[in-house]
Amino acid sequence: MITDKPDLKTVWDWLDAVPDPEIPAISLIDLGIIRDIQWQGDTLEVTVTPTYSGCPATRIINLDIETALRDRGIESITLKTQLSPAWTTDWLSERGRARLEAYGIAPPQPAGGPQHCPLCKSDQVERISQFGSTPCKAQWRCSDCLEPFDYFKCI
Amino acid sequence: MSDPLFEFLCRMGDNTLVLGHRVSEWCGVAPVLEEDIALANTALDLIGQTTLWLNLAGEVEGKGRDADALAFRRDVWDFRNVLLVEQPNGDFGQTMMRQFLFDVWHKGYLTALQDSKHDQIAAVAEKSLKEVTYHLERTMDTVIGLGDGTEESHNRMQKALDKLYPYVGELFVRDDVDDAMIAAGIAPDPAALRADFDAVLDAVLREATLTKPESDFAHKGGKSGQRHSEHLGHMLAQMQWLQRTYPDATW
Repeated sequence: MITDKPDLKTVWDWLDAVPDPEIPAISLIDLGIIRDIQWQGDTLEVTVTPTYSGCPATRIINLDIETALRDRGIESITLKTQLSPAWTTDWLSERGRARLEAYGIAPPQPAGGPQHCPLCKSDQVERISQFGSTPCKAQWRCSDCLEPFDYFKCI
Repeated sequence: MSDPLFEFLCRMGDNTLVLGHRVSEWCGVAPVLEEDIALANTALDLIGQTTLWLNLAGEVEGKGRDADALAFRRDVWDFRNVLLVEQPNGDFGQTMMRQFLFDVWHKGYLTALQDSKHDQIAAVAEKSLKEVTYHLERTMDTVIGLGDGTEESHNRMQKALDKLYPYVGELFVRDDVDDAMIAAGIAPDPAALRADFDAVLDAVLREATLTKPESDFAHKGGKSGQRHSEHLGHMLAQMQWLQRTYPDATW
């Protein structure tokens, strides 16, 4: 039990240490799905927006948020789901984009395809499929180094 | 007629539920790995949208039913999906043709539904539309690729279109539930969306070198729940058996 309510900046920092369960290279904050954190009396209210409506990671994410906050001593937590405005890859942080690329996943681009191969940086890339290993990714291939890679879809 | 808003939400949720389940039947048996993944992803999106629609339906109904209760504890006569989505998968081409026809309608309908005066409905439409845009992009490419492909793939796609086109008309039927939704500013007039649908359909079919059947005869009865095809019962038997055998089972 904690006696003083931690300030919101501290809570944001705590959640920034929680990795995305499917793509652990980035945090939930990087992903842009935590929309708001507020104290409602003694209850901490966290507003979360889903990436894709059927993404199975959503439940794990909610569980991870709760666990992270309970580990810090917060006992009363409400998770609020917010659908609108719908999540967009524009909310991915700059740091998140850089981390994705370093991890081998091409970050989303407004043009609708990867800027270059995340491995050899060649811009000779082609789409294999619009769908990939998770709802948020597509499969692409580099025609120079021939490596297939994931592209984080722009939505 | 029960509460028209509840009926309307069941129509939205049952369309995505039945189609999502149908598409998931391909999991592990699609022609190539990429298509298997794409089909599973499409099914996942549709089931996710179902959860949003049917939970909302349950809330509106106010009898304590959630999306699971509505999906697993209703029988054929309570389902409100259009006949198109309950049709069997057939071959891969037929599945893609069914998906394409549905996607064109779905995208147009959701686009209009974003302006709903009902905030939660507008929010689900906005969320779903992003996913459906991707679905349509893919099915359009596939219908063109297979239609304008080999003689074999062309013939199969034409056969699929001939078989499924009579189920298109029902998507645009306007009835009492629609009247109530239009009057309340909740949902668009389905009949008014036909022209845009036809424009996309005609353009894609032209590129796919496929011919639209001349007859506009339409099978009806799914969205009103009056007469589903025999296929839905078989599908539900498969989809619901676990909850029916072991009610409230969780894992």
